[in-house]
Amino acid sequence: MQTLTEHILSIVIFLPLAAGAIILLAPPGANRFFKWFSFVTGVVVFGLSLPLYTGFRSGIAGPQFVEQAPWISLFGQQAIWYRVGVDGISLFLVLLTTFLTPVAILSSWNAITTRQREFYASLLILETGMIGVFAALDMFLFYIFWEAMLIPMYFLIGMWGGPNRVYATIKFILFTMFGSLLMLVAIIALFFVHHRATGVYTFDLFSLYGTPLTGRAEFLMFGAFALAFAIKVPLWPLHTWLPDAHVEAPTAGSVILAGVLLKMGTYGFLRFCLPLFPSASAALVPVIAALAIIGIIYGALVAYAQQDIKRLVAYSSVAHLGFVTLGIFTFSIEGIEGGIVQMVSHGLSTGALFLIVGMIYERRHTRDMSQFGGIWKAMPVFGAFFLIVTLASIGLPGLSGFVGEFLVIVGAYKVSAVYAALAASGVVLAAVYMLWLYQRMMQGPVENPENADLPDLSFREIVVLLPVVALIFLIGVFPRATMLRQMDASVRQTIELVEGRNGLPSRVAESPELPVGRLGCRGTGAWDMDVRGARPRTWMSGAIGFGAVGSQAIGMQPHPNPPLKGEGASPNPPVKVDGDRLLLDFTSASHDAVGNVR
Amino acid sequence: MSEYAWLIPLIPFLAFVAIIFAGRRLPGHGAYVAIAGMSASLLISLVIAAGAITHGGHFEPVVRTAAWIPYGYSTLNVGFTVDALAIVMLIVVTVVALMVQVYSIGYMHGDARYPRFFAFLSMFSAAMLGLVLANNLLVIYICWELVGLCSYLLIGFWFERPTAMRAAKKAFLVTRVGDVGLFLGMLTIYMGIGSLDLQTVLSHESVSTMAKTIVSVGPWALPLAALASLGIFWGAVGKSAQFPLHVWLPDAMEGPTPVSALIHAATMVAAGVYLVARTYPLFAYSDHSISLNVVAYTGAITALMAATIGFTQYDIKRVLAYSTISQLGFMMMGLGVGGYVAGMFHLMTHAFFKANLFLGSGSVIHGTGTQDIREMGGLKKHMPRTFWTFIIATAALAGIFPLAGFWSKDEILLTAFHADKTIFYAGVIGAFMTAFYMSRLCILTFLGEPRDEHIHAHESPRVMTVPLIVLAFLAVVAGWVGLPGKNLFAEFLHTDLLHLEHHAFSLGIAAVGTAVALFGVLLAYIVYMTPASRTVAALGQISVFRFIHSLVYNKYWLDEIYGVIIIRPLFAVTRWMFAIDRWIIDGTVNAVGWLTVAISRVQGWVDKWIVDGLVNLIGIVTRGAGLILRRTQTGVAQQYAMVMLLGLLALVYFYLIRAG
Repeated sequence: MQTLTEHILSIVIFLPLAAGAIILLAPPGANRFFKWFSFVTGVVVFGLSLPLYTGFRSGIAGPQFVEQAPWISLFGQQAIWYRVGVDGISLFLVLLTTFLTPVAILSSWNAITTRQREFYASLLILETGMIGVFAALDMFLFYIFWEAMLIPMYFLIGMWGGPNRVYATIKFILFTMFGSLLMLVAIIALFFVHHRATGVYTFDLFSLYGTPLTGRAEFLMFGAFALAFAIKVPLWPLHTWLPDAHVEAPTAGSVILAGVLLKMGTYGFLRFCLPLFPSASAALVPVIAALAIIGIIYGALVAYAQQDIKRLVAYSSVAHLGFVTLGIFTFSIEGIEGGIVQMVSHGLSTGALFLIVGMIYERRHTRDMSQFGGIWKAMPVFGAFFLIVTLASIGLPGLSGFVGEFLVIVGAYKVSAVYAALAASGVVLAAVYMLWLYQRMMQGPVENPENADLPDLSFREIVVLLPVVALIFLIGVFPRATMLRQMDASVRQTIELVEGRNGLPSRVAESPELPVGRLGCRGTGAWDMDVRGARPRTWMSGAIGFGAVGSQAIGMQPHPNPPLKGEGASPNPPVKVDGDRLLLDFTSASHDAVGNVR
Repeated sequence: MSEYAWLIPLIPFLAFVAIIFAGRRLPGHGAYVAIAGMSASLLISLVIAAGAITHGGHFEPVVRTAAWIPYGYSTLNVGFTVDALAIVMLIVVTVVALMVQVYSIGYMHGDARYPRFFAFLSMFSAAMLGLVLANNLLVIYICWELVGLCSYLLIGFWFERPTAMRAAKKAFLVTRVGDVGLFLGMLTIYMGIGSLDLQTVLSHESVSTMAKTIVSVGPWALPLAALASLGIFWGAVGKSAQFPLHVWLPDAMEGPTPVSALIHAATMVAAGVYLVARTYPLFAYSDHSISLNVVAYTGAITALMAATIGFTQYDIKRVLAYSTISQLGFMMMGLGVGGYVAGMFHLMTHAFFKANLFLGSGSVIHGTGTQDIREMGGLKKHMPRTFWTFIIATAALAGIFPLAGFWSKDEILLTAFHADKTIFYAGVIGAFMTAFYMSRLCILTFLGEPRDEHIHAHESPRVMTVPLIVLAFLAVVAGWVGLPGKNLFAEFLHTDLLHLEHHAFSLGIAAVGTAVALFGVLLAYIVYMTPASRTVAALGQISVFRFIHSLVYNKYWLDEIYGVIIIRPLFAVTRWMFAIDRWIIDGTVNAVGWLTVAISRVQGWVDKWIVDGLVNLIGIVTRGAGLILRRTQTGVAQQYAMVMLLGLLALVYFYLIRAG
């Protein structure tokens, strides 16, 4: 029993792999066994992952349930460890994975009729890879899981996919590989740079945080990591593998792909890009935010032009994940927490949408929207589920989508009102294509006689959808108790790593060619920085102190809580200007301050 | 009792849950549950109101909050406030909702989804009641969206009808365009003062901070308060169907008539006006603030535009729909000229008589089977109760002394007269037009001779006519709480947050209002009931008039204009985007793939036949390219999988051994 509690995370990671191996060893043809065994395994793994949630201690920033063992020595040092753990960020992604896997297995019950042994084994092995990615605390281990996970996914699409599956699979694998290999190079480079700076060879993630990097190296490495993650998210314009992969994948593959795999990209940004390369991340905010916003609007517009339901949902994912990326790159607590909630919410709502598409496909063997219409009459229960999921997807309050989008837009507003306005317009566009989809499929007169008396959901299908919808409600109504409380400390720590207690202003000063920088301070302190080359920018906010360097305007925006009184500026603006130098003096300030220099 | 105000939205919400899940197994197939729930809410509201009234002017609002999303440095709260404004709305909403539900027993009798209808009605009312009680902009926004959702479900209740489902979607989308404004306005407030609690946001201190903070938006410099209030107003423009977002409301007539009554009187469109009133200190951050002017002129344009369209429509519900838009314009006008009390007063009186008119029109439709007033006529004989209640409500709407509409309209005109003469004249013209088109509607529907012998009209059952009588009674007396001299309504709504100017009753203005209303009735009588109608018809043949008629009849072609300048371009853009996605972005991807293959073929060929010997260097490059390509072949990927799998197994092995 003690082994169980001590090694709970490793058991959760590797139990699916073991079960997958058992299935592969079993004689082919025992299909009922494969189904039930893998489903029960999925449920057991989910059950075992629950202690991670119930036993999780909020308020601790670092990883919990940590297990470690030395693994491989390099250059005479213990460089590679088996080290896993969950913190407030990865916890929810691990749970999302363990939750969606049994759902995906159950949804495949009647849909998969060939090579069932390999199918269920692939799903279980995939689960190990996905949980491993989120739990790994060693870069080497992370990379192994990251790559290993591709293989079962490759089979899932390539063997049980639609007619054009070979093209889709190759595209998916090549896109991902391309990013991964560059990331591998960057990981190894980081390993050596860290050794040069400290004399220690290690792949330990937390040791690598804070590795001093020169501007150029940091940008290159950031680029390599960011490319790998941007492909995975996918960020515009690297998204074209996604619609093809979704259209061809079987339902379970789509659920896992949208529900979990895409989150590896955004998780990677949050876990690796931001803390490892804070200056480059800060400098490239306008670029990444712009791509994210393009994704939000572009994804929504293109989604509208689709005839294939799965393709529509795939493009909607591009838009939703744009929100997540935007939130993360606001570096604000609202934005990042909103991004994480949005990751989980998207996993649930889009996962459920793919389940729903799968259910209707099993009945009608088409995904062409024009073939449907008026189905609500024949399938009232299905219609209700579909409606709830549609509403969750368009961010209706009370459902999980709202919490994520709301917090992301709040975070975006802190950076720029324009970002917030554009993102908010994406919310309207989401309603346009989702309601259009719902209208065309479910409402209106029944024109196609094949739609007249479709059977409503079976008990199994209700069991598949009900828990997903229940979670959508739970998170939507109690975001604090279910998610925000647990993630708060870890998110704060990440922001502090990015902004640095007092590191970042000097970093900006080191590279005056940077067009953009971000300052943060908590408590008191004083900085002196060179802001030549900082671009002027007008700030739009209530509580601002202004300084100017030559023609440059610098805005400092004290945090709104507690609100500042008087003229809407801090009583003694902490910004002083001396020639080309900017002096920030917070020694007498009683409030936290976060600001941007543009 | 105010402590328990949260029960008021909760009870209908629980009724919704019960009906959705238990449906036909409940008493009255769910209808009685809904009605019992709404009665309980009405009762609690009345008790709270009685308590507040006995406290007179010293009534302290009850505020309760709890944290909903605490994150970072601050907290988003949920909570409720019971103050005078909320109490007025509570009474209006619960009374109208209850009448609509009772009426629906008769109107929806025999519908295939009868329980679901009552579930949605309960939910709709619950969301609106939540919005009224909310003391936080975020909660208001949440309820606001839920109101939008319920309107979507109810307008599209008969979703088999293509017109109904399109109308439902249109209502949801158009109001959501407005919601973006509300959302951004909300965020502006949050960034400005770091809170969304109304108590903080509307305090003198916050408002003056936001009024003094000037921000530049493009070429304009605006106070933060103006920016925030204009954002909120844009939300109200969507929900309360003000120009230019009013286009959803006439189409929303596709919903069942009780829904129209609820939307038009109590739940949906009232939300926008109420929100402006609720956040009034932000609008009135200075006298004649830009926000107030925008509100007043938007209201005036809306009031006149919609009234003219009301002249020309033949669908009984559409005439009423445009009348609603026009009256909402009146309310906004009132609020915009500083008439906080006047706007709310009109909201209240209008709720009663407009609910009555809609339910009356439903009764007419129920009795005749048509909505086209050209096919009606002479219904007075067959539907006496419907007729008399309809006439009373029409007179109230037209502003005939001493009915409810007279007092509230007079209050708006009076305030406008002292604030802005342009608005005042617009109001006077609007009052005339209201009287005219409402009289036209009554004459064509109920008077004269039946024009279609196929229609055998019959009076509706008692369950439908009793609500009409109750509402007609309210349409008579509701205005008496705001009599000149002793204006109880104004005293009740008095709040320390606002400096409200009170203008003494002016006999002259009341006379002008009454005169134009009577003139409107008279003119309608002449045009439609006397031989003069032929002259008018002849005039209508003149091309100029025909053009004007066609312009107005077609609602100034606004729907078509939106189609041409917004909707069709948007859809064209979606197709272009998709083409770009497919041919340019994905085309590039495929081209790169194709090129890689081609290059490696060439390289392979060169490697094999030309440089074979020299070539370790190129060989490495080729192998590099080949490495990527090889992965495309299943066989190799399986090997690769094998290696990875072994690695993982080794990992477990190591770990287990080490961990003992």
